[in-house]
Amino acid sequence: MLVYEKNSLAEEIEELVKTYGNERPSLLPILEAIQSKYNYISDFAQQEIAQHLAIHPVEVYSVISFYSFLHAEPKGRNIVRLCQTISCDLAGKSKVAEAIQKELGIRFGETTRDRRITLEYTNCLGMCDCGPAMIVNDAVYTHLDPQRAIKILSEIK
Amino acid sequence: MEKAKRNGLVLFTDYQQGSAVKKAVTLTRDDILFELREAKLKGRGGAGFPTSTKWMLTAAAIADKKYIVCNADEGEPGTFKDRVLLLEYPELVFEGMVIAGYTIGAEYGFVYLRGEYNYMLKSLNDYLAMMRKENLLGKDIAGKKGFNFDIEIKLGAGAYVCGEETALIESLEGNRGEPRNRPPYPVNRGYLGYPTIVNNVETLASVPHIINKGGEWYCTNGTDKSTGSKLFSVSGDCEKPGVYELPWGTTINELLDLVGAKDTKAVQVGGASGVCLNQEQFGRKLAYEDAGTGGSIMIFNSKRSMIKVLKNFMEFFVEESCGQCTPCRIGNRKLLEGVEMIEKGTFTFGYINSLKELAKTMQIASKCGLGQSSPNSFLSILENFDDEIFHSKGNGVSHVN
Ligand SMILES: Cc1cc2nc3c(=O)[nH]c(=O)nc-3n(C[C@H](O)[C@H](O)[C@H](O)COP(=O)(O)O)c2cc1C
Ligand code: SF4
Ligand code: FES
Repeated sequence: MLVYEKNSLAEEIEELVKTYGNERPSLLPILEAIQSKYNYISDFAQQEIAQHLAIHPVEVYSVISFYSFLHAEPKGRNIVRLCQTISCDLAGKSKVAEAIQKELGIRFGETTRDRRITLEYTNCLGMCDCGPAMIVNDAVYTHLDPQRAIKILSEIK
Repeated sequence: MEKAKRNGLVLFTDYQQGSAVKKAVTLTRDDILFELREAKLKGRGGAGFPTSTKWMLTAAAIADKKYIVCNADEGEPGTFKDRVLLLEYPELVFEGMVIAGYTIGAEYGFVYLRGEYNYMLKSLNDYLAMMRKENLLGKDIAGKKGFNFDIEIKLGAGAYVCGEETALIESLEGNRGEPRNRPPYPVNRGYLGYPTIVNNVETLASVPHIINKGGEWYCTNGTDKSTGSKLFSVSGDCEKPGVYELPWGTTINELLDLVGAKDTKAVQVGGASGVCLNQEQFGRKLAYEDAGTGGSIMIFNSKRSMIKVLKNFMEFFVEESCGQCTPCRIGNRKLLEGVEMIEKGTFTFGYINSLKELAKTMQIASKCGLGQSSPNSFLSILENFDDEIFHSKGNGVSHVN
């Protein structure tokens, strides 16, 4: 990481600590904010956060490793998560999954070479009455079919 | 379905915003607890614990601070009723929390919103801001001197187990969402060690109507042991999936008719951690005393392979187990391996029987409800669909899915 990038990340974390406070319950909101902006929480960010909250960096890592939406390794600019649970499966998830993999040229768990998209499976999204469903970053898409899914993915930057 | 087209008995009826809070502050704590007890309201999160008892214990606890937590982690496969309540009826959920705060003497409440529902965050925060303007949150609420209460929404980050109330509290405190040993229960030692009520979205949303119309009125729907109405999240093979408000005691057959389900072979009641019923059991009632449920109903028609359904559930539990205790961490893996053996035809009946014993051990020996209930679908599917799985040609593998 470049020095000026580090400085700006350090400043950002300082701001987040001001907003959420430096007590332990602030840890998750701070991690979520960094995750949502950078799509991962770097070693450097983990150390900065640990220092502000006066906990060991391993504590921070241990929390990140527990939650499936928090990542310690870099991801693509967009995270696409397709629901793999049964109601979406009955509604035709497999066809959508195949089409997406073919179109992006990657498998689930992988990131496109241009780092545009990381593709993941996730469990029930609470959209079971209108599956197949997926979330792209925070936005939810329902009633997917192969064409619609591909169109949605082609429109994200 | 749009809100205007929903019709129901309690929750999906007209409600004047703020009316229950305004009425509640004219009542005493004991009056409110009395109405809840009359209503025999039980927790809608799945476990069915009497709400008045939970509130009474927290009200009676002596502490500087107390908290209300609304459990909006809704992660059980096939459940989405809390999504509808939060999006379309936030007044009921939030006012239920305010009334809980008044009743137990808490000044602060959290909504633990699952990370997947992040897209609702803005509209919910806007709604809270509106309530502050209307004096339904903040200081001296509804003109009641000294009654202060506010609500904050906290986001989860993609962990099903955080719906378990002690894991949820761990998560709120900034830790890994690993369930705690109970006792102590949250009513005595919850968030940061203070007495805490954890209630499901739907439980809280029922409270304003009970305050307005009374416990006795509430009991006019449902059965003697399961009073009032229940929201059912219906998905799978049917013409009209969606959220339905029905009286407790409705039979599975009645529900199947209502949602346009034809050629139904199996109904999974209660999500992945619930049980799977076959046609012979469709006369059973949806009620705490019969087929109890947090409201997930998944329908499978005759073309579905039940072993594939079971595999999907077991994969879910292997992924979502927090890994803290052995029966659940290893047990769910073993059950999944067994399902894969059945799928491939490489099993022996002796081994499957030993897995059934393991499943029963998990129900007793697991630390929290996840490991205690994850064997339910394994046991019920193998038992209720024994013919299809073990005796039809190809062990059911030939079915499409
Ligand atoms: C693994 C697991 C997941 C749970 N998920 C939820 C959930 O998403 N929402 C919920 O209200 N209760 C959930 N519960 C039940 C809660 O632990 C708790 O019983 C409930 O929130 C109490 O509220 P109630 O009395 O209003 O039902 C879950 C329990 C377990 C064991
Ligand atoms: S039963 Fe499973 S989820 Fe619950 S504490 Fe044990 S390992 Fe964790
Ligand atoms: S099964 Fe996919 S959203 Fe519930």
